[in-house]
Amino acid sequence: MAQSTNMAAAGAKPTEGTRRDFLVLATGAAGVVGLGAVVIPLVSQLAPDAQTVAAGAPIDVDLAPIAEGQAIKLFWRGKLIFVRHRTQKEIDEARAVNVASLKDPQADQARVKEGKAQYLVVYGNCTHLGCIPLGNAPGESKGEFDGWFCPCHGSHYDSSGRIRKGPAPANLPVPPYAFSADTKIKIG
Amino acid sequence: MTLPSFRQASLGLAAGLAFAALAAPVQAAGERVIPPAQSWSFSGPFGKFDRAQLQRGFKVVKEVCANCHSMSLMRIRNLSQPGGPEFTPGQVTALAATYTVKDGPNETGEMFDRPGRPADAFPAPFANEQAARAANGGAYPPDLSVLAKARTYERGFPRFVFDIFTQYQEQGPDYIHALMVGYKDPPPAGTPELLPGQYYNTYMPGHLIAMPQPIQDGQVEYPKGPDGKSPVPETIDQYGKDVAAFMVWMAEPHLEARKRTGLQVMLFLLVFGSLLYYTKKKVWSRMPDGSPAH
Amino acid sequence: MSGHSSYTPKTGFERWLDARLPIVRLMHDSAVSYPVPRNLNYFWTFGGILMFMLVAQIVTGIILAMHYTPESKMAFNSVEHIMRDVNYGWLLRYLHSNGASMFFVAVYIHIFRGLYYGSYKAPREVLWILGVVIFLLMMATAFMGYVLPWGQMSFWGATVITNLFSALPVVGETIVTFLWGGYSVDNPTLNRFFSLHYLLPFMIFGVVILHVWALHHVGQNNPTGVEVKNVQKETVPFTPYATIKDLFAMVCFIFVFSYFVFYQPNFMGHADNYIPANPAVTPAHIVPEWYFLPFYAILRAIPDKLGGVIAMFAAIAVLAFLPWLDTSKVKSMTYRPVAKVMFWAFVFVCIILGWLGAMPAEEPYVTYSQIFTALYFGYFIGLFVIGLFEKPLAMPTSIADSVLGAMPGGSGSRMASATAAEPHAKG
Repeated sequence: MAQSTNMAAAGAKPTEGTRRDFLVLATGAAGVVGLGAVVIPLVSQLAPDAQTVAAGAPIDVDLAPIAEGQAIKLFWRGKLIFVRHRTQKEIDEARAVNVASLKDPQADQARVKEGKAQYLVVYGNCTHLGCIPLGNAPGESKGEFDGWFCPCHGSHYDSSGRIRKGPAPANLPVPPYAFSADTKIKIG
Repeated sequence: MTLPSFRQASLGLAAGLAFAALAAPVQAAGERVIPPAQSWSFSGPFGKFDRAQLQRGFKVVKEVCANCHSMSLMRIRNLSQPGGPEFTPGQVTALAATYTVKDGPNETGEMFDRPGRPADAFPAPFANEQAARAANGGAYPPDLSVLAKARTYERGFPRFVFDIFTQYQEQGPDYIHALMVGYKDPPPAGTPELLPGQYYNTYMPGHLIAMPQPIQDGQVEYPKGPDGKSPVPETIDQYGKDVAAFMVWMAEPHLEARKRTGLQVMLFLLVFGSLLYYTKKKVWSRMPDGSPAH
Repeated sequence: MSGHSSYTPKTGFERWLDARLPIVRLMHDSAVSYPVPRNLNYFWTFGGILMFMLVAQIVTGIILAMHYTPESKMAFNSVEHIMRDVNYGWLLRYLHSNGASMFFVAVYIHIFRGLYYGSYKAPREVLWILGVVIFLLMMATAFMGYVLPWGQMSFWGATVITNLFSALPVVGETIVTFLWGGYSVDNPTLNRFFSLHYLLPFMIFGVVILHVWALHHVGQNNPTGVEVKNVQKETVPFTPYATIKDLFAMVCFIFVFSYFVFYQPNFMGHADNYIPANPAVTPAHIVPEWYFLPFYAILRAIPDKLGGVIAMFAAIAVLAFLPWLDTSKVKSMTYRPVAKVMFWAFVFVCIILGWLGAMPAEEPYVTYSQIFTALYFGYFIGLFVIGLFEKPLAMPTSIADSVLGAMPGGSGSRMASATAAEPHAKG
């Protein structure tokens, strides 16, 4: 076959062999392209559907009913979000930490909005394997750092939602949100 | 297939179809007037919706039909998706906000009203079927979402065979348009006395319909063109066409994507099929024992 | 044709695996070196096409099940959710619904090919009966699948077909109640139909494996109906010869399939199924899907409830007895002048029955249905009688004789090359 390919390359009249090779190659290539195209709908149907995407529109949350020291849970895009009205003590604790010593170094100031340090808004799933940490309801363990404690595998989060101890690799992420009024936020 | 057997097969088929053709007129007799076929921008293999027409159709639906008919499968956001009326997302958000949507319960357990969002369904005009019937003299205005696919008429032989090749499948919109223009008041002579809540429509099977003439000439104001006049007439006939087109899109929102993908698939299959044909010819040109194929 | 295996493992791993699980050998023997009569025509590609359709239906079906809700208040809307919101949901759903129709198109061609070329005769009786079993399972699967969108036709189709069983004496009512899981077609019915609709394709797949096993054991029939005598001269290896031919035919079939999916997706469906199920209103004209119409016509032809049900099931069951009902020793109808005419008459009868099944149950259609039902069963009686008297035409003595046109001037070869020998007119 190599010989006949050379002949074709040299401009000689292609022999039966090369023509057949090219044909088989082209047919095979077209088959692969076809199979690839078939995979597109079969796989992309797994992605979130249009309604799920659309339902993730921003939501408004009124923070006024949350008393100091309390926290609420709410859902956005099917994901749990904690909103915590922190006490001054908790804010001070969060800011006294040496940021460089943290597993996932981030200053508390970067995790709250300017002038609204009392409100902490974080996703409520442990960054280890997705369990819901305790620490919102009165009487629940807040862990060793006055934040949250995940009972599944023992991760401790501080009052800024940062990972301090345990297997979780990262801080509780802060969802996109902005203050639309003094005690109102829009998440999303 | 060998040639003689193919010939026999075609003969058998032709004979069968001819027999069916003879018997077909028997079936055509009935209380049904076939709606005249309109020309639709979305018909045929390259069909696409006319955006302006869908936008007008939506205006009629919103201002007239939606007073009695629900469209429960439609979301407000659908109005801006590709292949539809393609309002801008801004227009859709603004439109959504004009609707009042029931949501809840809130922390105190109460249901509450809030402005609509694009992801919401269009609010239904009545709370439930019973309420709709009570308000409409006992008749239930059907949901419009897939109605354009749910209405048809028997095409009969041999037309249904031709339809495969002409791709005629617009019985639904033809009927909806015909229904809009088919009201006769007073009904033609010979019609039995209409009861209260009955109206005469040429194209309704049985001619008696519970929906009164829904729209009049000039009832819905269309967007003005540069000359200050609507580019299309504001007549029942035009309203009917625009509503029917909108309802086809509502029933089949991915029609454009379907036909577009279809063209790509068919072209690919033609190329792939030809390649396979020649490869097959090559393979069969030589038998394993070196003898010719036949 | 299960000769000794020609598989020789090449690599060390292949030898290692072959000594422990000879699965590569199995694949090689059944899909590469398996000898195929060289004179097969394109009707023989429908087995492969059917295999493709079964897999395609299973794949699209499993995906649809990920988005569908088998609950009577939500089923209709969940199908519309697939059509509207799921990425490519419209494509997957139309592929599946039109796929059912195309599956039946292929299976009917496959069955009629078997009828014409006598593929049910010894030694292929078990192969044929397994085919009838697959056909029955397909019908059950298609019927239950049609119920799932929970439109008007779904609901009333389910009502009518399940009521067939009430015709059975004594146990009928109980059976129907058990089918329904209630006192009418309702949510429990939908739930169990969904479960069974998911199960049955895998049962079909199991029987298909038996069907293919039986086929590969006895070898394929061919247009002459003369068994392979010389494997060397009369067969070609499955790969590449049959593989490439099957692939080409498959793409042609997919072309037609795609035409309906993309351009006429609702042509083979019913408009009434876009109206949500309403137990208080029966559609004016209910008909089953087109592939059930001939059997539906037979059902309605008999004025007695139990009689109609028996006739309908007998119309399918009679196929299983065909190997013994056809008394002729000659397989291919190419060489059976009388049976050939009867065959085409039978095709005609089936088409007319299909048309009658779509007509309202009133005169003159009822009388026509009765005549054509009699003709349908008459075919099988006819085959029994004709086989005893019919004088077959001169036949080739072997496939090689027919294909290679040996013995020029010999009556056998002339006959063969004139009718059945061309394996594929264009090569």
